[in-house]
Amino acid sequence: MRGITKRFPGVVANRDIDITVRRGTVHALCGENGAGKSTLMKILYGMQKPDEGTITVDGDQVTFGSPADAIARGIGMVHQHFMLADNLTVLENVVLGGEKLHGIGSRARAKIQEISDAYGLGVRPDVLVEELGVADRQRVEILKVLYRGARTLILDEPTAVLVPQEVEALFDNLRELKSEGLTVIFISHKLGEVLSVADEITVIRRGTTVGTADPRTTTSRQLAELMVGSELPSPETRESTVTGTPALTVRDLRLTATDTDGVVREVLAGIGFTIHRGEVLGIAGVEGNGQAELVEAIMGMRDPDGGVITLDTTDISHAPTRRRRESGIGYIPEDRHRHGLLLEAPLWENRILGHVTERPNSRRGLIDSGAARLDTERIVREYDVRTPGIDVTAASLSGGNQQKLIVGREMSHSPKLLIAAHPTRGVDVGAQAQIWDQIREARRGGLAVLLISADLDELIGLSDTLRVMYRGRLVADADPATITPEELGSAMTGAATGHLEASDAPDAPASSTSGTGAGGEDR
Amino acid sequence: MKKLTSRIDRERLLLAVAAPVLAVVAALVVTALVIAATGKNPFEAFSDMLSYGSASDSQVYILNKATTYYLAGVAVAIGFRMNLFNIGVDGQYRIAAFFAAVVGGTLDLPGIIQIPLVIVVAMLVGAMWAGIAGVLKTSRGVSEVISTIMLNSIATAIIGYLIQPERLGQLDEAGTLVSTKPLPESSWFFTVDLGPAGLLWGFLFVAVLAGLAYWFVLGRTRFGFDLRAVGQSESAAAASGVSVKKMVVTSMILSGGMAGLIGMPTLLNESHMYSNDFPLGIGFTGIAIALLGRNNPVGIALAALLWGFLERTTNHLEVIGYDKEILGVLQGVIVLCVVIAYELVRRYGLRRQQQRVGAELAAQAHGAATTEKLEVAR
Repeated sequence: MRGITKRFPGVVANRDIDITVRRGTVHALCGENGAGKSTLMKILYGMQKPDEGTITVDGDQVTFGSPADAIARGIGMVHQHFMLADNLTVLENVVLGGEKLHGIGSRARAKIQEISDAYGLGVRPDVLVEELGVADRQRVEILKVLYRGARTLILDEPTAVLVPQEVEALFDNLRELKSEGLTVIFISHKLGEVLSVADEITVIRRGTTVGTADPRTTTSRQLAELMVGSELPSPETRESTVTGTPALTVRDLRLTATDTDGVVREVLAGIGFTIHRGEVLGIAGVEGNGQAELVEAIMGMRDPDGGVITLDTTDISHAPTRRRRESGIGYIPEDRHRHGLLLEAPLWENRILGHVTERPNSRRGLIDSGAARLDTERIVREYDVRTPGIDVTAASLSGGNQQKLIVGREMSHSPKLLIAAHPTRGVDVGAQAQIWDQIREARRGGLAVLLISADLDELIGLSDTLRVMYRGRLVADADPATITPEELGSAMTGAATGHLEASDAPDAPASSTSGTGAGGEDR
Repeated sequence: MKKLTSRIDRERLLLAVAAPVLAVVAALVVTALVIAATGKNPFEAFSDMLSYGSASDSQVYILNKATTYYLAGVAVAIGFRMNLFNIGVDGQYRIAAFFAAVVGGTLDLPGIIQIPLVIVVAMLVGAMWAGIAGVLKTSRGVSEVISTIMLNSIATAIIGYLIQPERLGQLDEAGTLVSTKPLPESSWFFTVDLGPAGLLWGFLFVAVLAGLAYWFVLGRTRFGFDLRAVGQSESAAAASGVSVKKMVVTSMILSGGMAGLIGMPTLLNESHMYSNDFPLGIGFTGIAIALLGRNNPVGIALAALLWGFLERTTNHLEVIGYDKEILGVLQGVIVLCVVIAYELVRRYGLRRQQQRVGAELAAQAHGAATTEKLEVAR
């Protein structure tokens, strides 16, 4: 791809991007969130047209009007969010939309088996997709693309949904594909992974290529600096600020929910923990194991069926959300668009959201827009929210800047307890480091934090105590100073319970892995 | 930076005005085509509308009509601000006016007590009628669209049953009109006598107050902020500590209370009783007016005036040989155009702002980092 330029509303445009991918290699494309990786790949896959520039495949210059054109040239894409029909079998999913290729019967089955065996994918054609785990689904997606004759695969953030063990298996698959002469373009911002699997690396920053790197001679730190364009803040040495005063106590929390079939399931059972002032309690777990429900129960958005939640010394088990917020719970929601912002409202109104009864937002029942606006300007300044003003809508900011606004807002009411659910998800590296710093800073001031994250490095780096959640229960605990992401990962799949001990003497203390600002280390 | 912000603001204002203007112009064009298609001259019709509409007696008529329409628009807008589609304003105002008329006709208290009493009864009945839909929605998940439509029919049936002469109503001497007992003269609302132009209804001032209250409560109070937050994103509002269910019921009650006022200008200033020719369908007019006025207190006033103007002037068209159905065409086309124009302008505005913010930030970033092409790892 030569000189690709794409102008696109609201996000950083692709500017003059040059990238060359050689046949039979794994080529990693890395850059911060919002740097333009996905846009570039959508152009290559024919989902978007470049405003300028050319794409050349095997020496022929091509233009792709749709993904069908791209597939005809042997380019296929595996999206971050799977596009599979749960109630169909693997075979049916694979042939869906490609019925003309090898029919839908035994020929298709033979072809699937052949591809699966050739690349060691281990796909079983007759299993229902709903019975498959995330990693298996991903393999089905890969197989779907191969089935359509792709020789070049684009994988968009394929490891985001996987635990470390599954990542290793995926990488084995990729190496297999490579050895068969296929080309893989691998999009990621997890540097450790990029270095371990890629043959070549292209770094994109602010919509343009800033350099290439050789994974054999580059460290993740150098790569991260290339990505962010500046020296990274050095990881902080861990000093404990944990006090003996409990801020939040949860005892024997139980929550049931009725699913779509009318069956009552237990989504939380026997949850108990205490977070002290100045302590960060991290909860690890594969998504969908009850973390979201736990947060909603503590925030008062769901009413627990049993158990006691105590903030300081007050029982808030059934208190309304507003009262909980007023008594000092800050909330960084998992899905900021759904729970944290009014996207079509201006920033200063978003600053009021969730704290409408508190100063400076209102006085005696009336909104004090002057004071709220002033304070919004302060937040924009202090938390480095990049925006041209406080009257623009929240939707026009990038994800990272939206998140900084939320963090600024929640911190501005000096909370006793902060619930941070995936606080740096979809946030670029620069903003990530900043958010971590703010959490650490507040922790030193006695803030208790409940941290829920899928980013194991973030969990290990920030937490004072770790718990593992599996099927609505806290099944294991671990010391973040000694635990490795791999051990944590296996506990997340339910393979280990109880107190997790490092299997062998930890050769690298976790403090050195905490917060390298890039979310990836040499492992 | 300041400059950009103010530019965005001015643009926003421009966009806000653009949509209704666009809609009205498009509607005029379509109507002109329709009139032309019937073989008549549309421009003559328009010029007649203008001259007839600006006559002083027309102006008073339009203001009186607009008073009713304004209240209807506000009642609907309260629901709209919360993403609730209160189609039941129609039933709410009729049943409210009916009971208010019954109470007003039965009692004979001094006006200073009786008039507020009649108004309060109307608001309470309207609020209760709308509250039923709110409770159904929160407790059983019934869509307010469905339940309010049904409540409209139920209201019609209840009024029809109760207004019969042997119950709460009476038959006039001619034996054609069924109505409630007329209000005593002491509880008529004041009017402003404008000589040959006619009588201006005093309830106009109540409507203005209602508009002020609407603006103040929604725009300036915590409660209004919560209500608007629910309207924009139910999930975000719930996470921010608003009880969505309570808010649904409350805003339905407010909307219904406001709807209760709709029949009051007619009852207290004109008819002084609820009869079987009491104006119908104003609740639906209110939907169009709230849409056209963008739920904005001033916008709704302009829309209400426009509606009154159209009604007055198209009535007169019939006198000079045009079809009076033009009114329906005009109003229908305006509403259609409004919906389309708003959506177009909204999307355009959102995209434009994103572009501007992106451009502004890209310019900053570009200045800061003059794309140093780095090459590491040798």
